[in-house]
Amino acid sequence: MSTAIFKPRPEQVAQESDGTVSNYLNASFSIRSWLLTVDHKRIAILYLISISAMFFLGGIFAMLIRMELLTPAGDLMQSETYNKMFTMHGVVMVFFFLIPATPAVFGNFLLPLMIGAKDLAFPRLNLLSWYLYTAGALLAIGSIVFGGVDTGWTFYTPYSTTYANSNVILAALGAFIAGFSSILTGLNFIVTIHKMRAPGLTWFKMPLFVWGHYATSIIQVLGTPVVAITIILVALERLFHIGIFNPELGGDPILFQHLFWFYSHPAVYIMILPAMGVISEVITCFSKKKVFGYEFIALSSMAIALLGFLVWGHHMYTSGQSTYASLVFSVLTFLVAIPSAIKVFNWTATLYKGSVSYDAPMLYAIGFLGLFTIGGLTGVFLATLAVDVHVHDTYFIVAHFHYIMVGGSIMGYMAALHFWWPKITGRLYPEGWARFSALIIFIGFNLTFFPQFVVGYLGMPRRYHIYPEEFQIWNVFSTAGSSILGIGYLIPLIYLIWSLKSGPKASPNPWNAKGLEWERCPSPPPTHNFDHTPVVIEEAYAYEHKIWIK
Amino acid sequence: MGDIAFFPEQASTLAGQVDLLYFFLIAVSVFFALLIFSLIYLFAVRYRRRSEDDVPKEISGLLKLEILWSVIPLILVLFVFGWGATLYFDAYNPPKDAMEIYVVGKQWMWYIQHPTGQREINKLHIPVNKPVKLTMATEDVIHSFYVPAFRVKKDVVPGMYTTMWFNAIKTGEYHLFCAEYCGTKHSQMIGTVVVMEQADYQKWLSGNDSNEPLSVTGEKKFQQLACHTCHKDKANGRGPSLVGIFGKQAQLQNGQIITVDEDYIRKSILNPGDDVIAGYKPVMPTFQGQISEVGLLQITAYIKSLANSGSK
Repeated sequence: MSTAIFKPRPEQVAQESDGTVSNYLNASFSIRSWLLTVDHKRIAILYLISISAMFFLGGIFAMLIRMELLTPAGDLMQSETYNKMFTMHGVVMVFFFLIPATPAVFGNFLLPLMIGAKDLAFPRLNLLSWYLYTAGALLAIGSIVFGGVDTGWTFYTPYSTTYANSNVILAALGAFIAGFSSILTGLNFIVTIHKMRAPGLTWFKMPLFVWGHYATSIIQVLGTPVVAITIILVALERLFHIGIFNPELGGDPILFQHLFWFYSHPAVYIMILPAMGVISEVITCFSKKKVFGYEFIALSSMAIALLGFLVWGHHMYTSGQSTYASLVFSVLTFLVAIPSAIKVFNWTATLYKGSVSYDAPMLYAIGFLGLFTIGGLTGVFLATLAVDVHVHDTYFIVAHFHYIMVGGSIMGYMAALHFWWPKITGRLYPEGWARFSALIIFIGFNLTFFPQFVVGYLGMPRRYHIYPEEFQIWNVFSTAGSSILGIGYLIPLIYLIWSLKSGPKASPNPWNAKGLEWERCPSPPPTHNFDHTPVVIEEAYAYEHKIWIK
Repeated sequence: MGDIAFFPEQASTLAGQVDLLYFFLIAVSVFFALLIFSLIYLFAVRYRRRSEDDVPKEISGLLKLEILWSVIPLILVLFVFGWGATLYFDAYNPPKDAMEIYVVGKQWMWYIQHPTGQREINKLHIPVNKPVKLTMATEDVIHSFYVPAFRVKKDVVPGMYTTMWFNAIKTGEYHLFCAEYCGTKHSQMIGTVVVMEQADYQKWLSGNDSNEPLSVTGEKKFQQLACHTCHKDKANGRGPSLVGIFGKQAQLQNGQIITVDEDYIRKSILNPGDDVIAGYKPVMPTFQGQISEVGLLQITAYIKSLANSGSK
């Protein structure tokens, strides 16, 4: 039986002569050993630090936006400053947090561990990805320091190419370079998943986290080059007046929107698919039960990745594109809703007759289910042609995508952070505080964004610095909620940092979870991950076998 | 609830229809959200962990269930698709008898031009119960003409005309917003749509009669730019005659058949070499940079006025 396979091997807990167990964190301590590391786990930590910094930077912009919107008049800052605030909030959060977050941190750390590999296929390329990300982030920060950008994160032409006076090129170049980081990470993941799975780990035995990242990687590799080209075209027009998007020069402004959304809509799935992978892991672990409908969840990720490439025009129902094109994009958008619905139903069914506990990662995962469901359902509103014409470019859409991005992606990210924290750091965080912060984030989030559905349907346009008075009440709710949400994100920052030094030591498998990273690796894992290549004979999530290592 | 509004006023024929679809979507969403939330709650409580040694029985899945929860949402969304698409085509296809008004967006104001000559900035006066078609252009970046009370919105895009229409059913004053981010004072590119009773509207029109009709201004511009030296009344000029041409079909040099509409006239003035009418030489110079969007609309109105006159 499989029991024998999963017994801890004695050599796995080999100790140093002084009694400490060697792991990837204490293998060496010099700065150089971190900055030149090719260990996927250390690179994940580098990402974790840089991505967290960008998250809080983007968060500061968000707080300033919400403070300005507390009153209808523009009293906190000038319109120009306000426009730069929402642009930088979008650029930082989308390109430097949401897109890389889960894959670059958790995908990096966990993919090799989950499939029983020593590292990713191209460790040096992986390090290069981080340097590209950092270079891109520094350029974006540079564009802020030197005066900011005011085009909106969507860089619509001809405003961005001809009319804006701000640092468009610098910010766009930042996104361009960070894009290569994304392409290389995707490439690395695809090759790793194809070529480096442990013996016995067939495709349909892979954890769903791996499936989610596989689908994500395909989008990264196929989609990102298109936005890279688009950014180059914007730069060519802006710098050399080569007519591509500006009709005065013979270009077509709607062409930009097609190119931009051809990447940026699938990019939404880059943000959500890895989070969906996380949710599959967390829900199974805290229900102690195999996931319901494994194949359906796995293949729905692939369906989302592929269909996701065919729906970009739903951002353009009012843009002046052909009404027949809108018709096609609308029906395809409705189709892409189905695989997401399948996932939600399957996760819910997984709880049925499980053994459900409410540890912090599970609270975040349940929060994800609630918020993603609302985000998904309101997505159906937006797919509906006539309804979208009214709510397009209003706060309704702002609310919808924050339910998906913040309610979905970031809740998934937080679930992952809490679930794998003991594995990554070897320390446990204070559970009570973690549950408390999950609750605070959930409440703060809903208070911030739910009122925006109402004020959006009432007609309040997005990107408005000054707004009519009748919209104020809803904005007051939003601003109040955002301060609660902000506190909700600060609490984990504090207790997680605290736990690094003072948290109790984590056992290899504190959640009694299934999966190679839990059952075959100490916490934290050694540099080389596994002393012996594991042989996998079990299906994923075989909780019934109950042979986890305490 | 006092003064707090949850829904905007229904001030156009479309508004009620869009709201009905919106309410249907809310009902469906509430049903599915409640279904999922109560199942999660029920399962999470009913099957909470009672002992660390619990070993739940494995349930791999159930094909029937997977089909059920794929097909039911699929049917529902396809129904919603059809409903939304029908309304969308209504919303974007103006009726033939619609009254025409021209709009030019400009950082950061709305310039409105009535065919009868009245001009307004950031205000649009229209009669109630009469379909109104807007033909819109922009002098600079993309703007978007949005009247929440009418549930309509359309981007105003450089390099082309876009159109939209509505039929107001309630007198009053309604917000007009620019919905596409257009630069520093985007949030101040706002205005008011004033819907008036027919009689009041006529009074308003006559109170503003200091302006000549748009087509007359257009004719002056036509002379001023010396268009008439080539585009003569009869087909004996270097360019085709423009009399009676608007709304008709014409054959291009490459054999393609096009309809002479606002967009075609605009393009032919700015990029005359692109789509030349069969039988003529591409000798017309471009007027790009010499004529504003408003000027283009004036000339277009003049050419339109020639459509019915037969001779001038």
